Amino acid sequence: MATAPIDRMTASLDFQAAALALQAQRAKVLASNIANADTPNYQAKDFDFNQALTEATAQSAAAATRTHPAHLAASGAVGPAPTLQYRQPLQVSLDGNTVDLDTERAAFSENSVRYEATLRFLNSQIKTMLTAINGQ
Amino acid sequence: MSLFKIFDVSGSAISAQSQRLNVVASNLANAESIAGPDGQPYKSRQVVFQTQNFGADASTAGVRVAQVIQDNTPPRRMHDPSNPLADSDGMVTMPNVNPVEEMVNMISASRSYETNVDVLNTAKTLLQKVLQLGA
Repeated sequence: MATAPIDRMTASLDFQAAALALQAQRAKVLASNIANADTPNYQAKDFDFNQALTEATAQSAAAATRTHPAHLAASGAVGPAPTLQYRQPLQVSLDGNTVDLDTERAAFSENSVRYEATLRFLNSQIKTMLTAINGQ
Repeated sequence: MSLFKIFDVSGSAISAQSQRLNVVASNLANAESIAGPDGQPYKSRQVVFQTQNFGADASTAGVRVAQVIQDNTPPRRMHDPSNPLADSDGMVTMPNVNPVEEMVNMISASRSYETNVDVLNTAKTLLQKVLQLGA
């Protein structure tokens, strides 16, 4: 399948974009866990990032049907929302809450660093492209 | 943009925790209040947290204070015959506030508050970095 040049140019950004969206999603889930650290019967949730990213990138390959040959292939569409799973509690708590604040904070920090890393990858790819466009 | 939702989530947690801190302050302030407006000793109050969903998305869970309940544990009885409110046995009914429990509650609330502020700040920093993308 021949891809339009403009498509080829942005295709390299799609993977990072999908990763960025998922990392934002995960930050939200972890923030919910941290917010509910004192809520009785709250079950901590998380999702498998590896699996979610695989699904998201597989989905974007066949995202939209083109009704006109001049249409660009729509790639990089946001895939389905990742399936949330309950976290296995490390220590039981009397009020039925399964949030372990240390685990959640560590996961949130890690996720933030990864989010920043993805941003840097994106930034450097954009810079590379700009350099090519400017021809310097 | 799901990072914006973090402001809702952590914001709700911050306000819920501050309400909890408020209740702790009331309890500690009234730990010795033998008679309230109704003539009865003060009863300790506790907040009940509940998960609050924003929209249909199950992955976004904030917190809200569902209700403030009155603690119905039996009051403390103290022997003080000189007190004008003492009964015929010289006993005074004191509030059922447990200062130790309240202090633990206070520390827990303040830690949770700090954690949520941290999360909020991190989300803000990340969003600012997104704004500078490609610059």
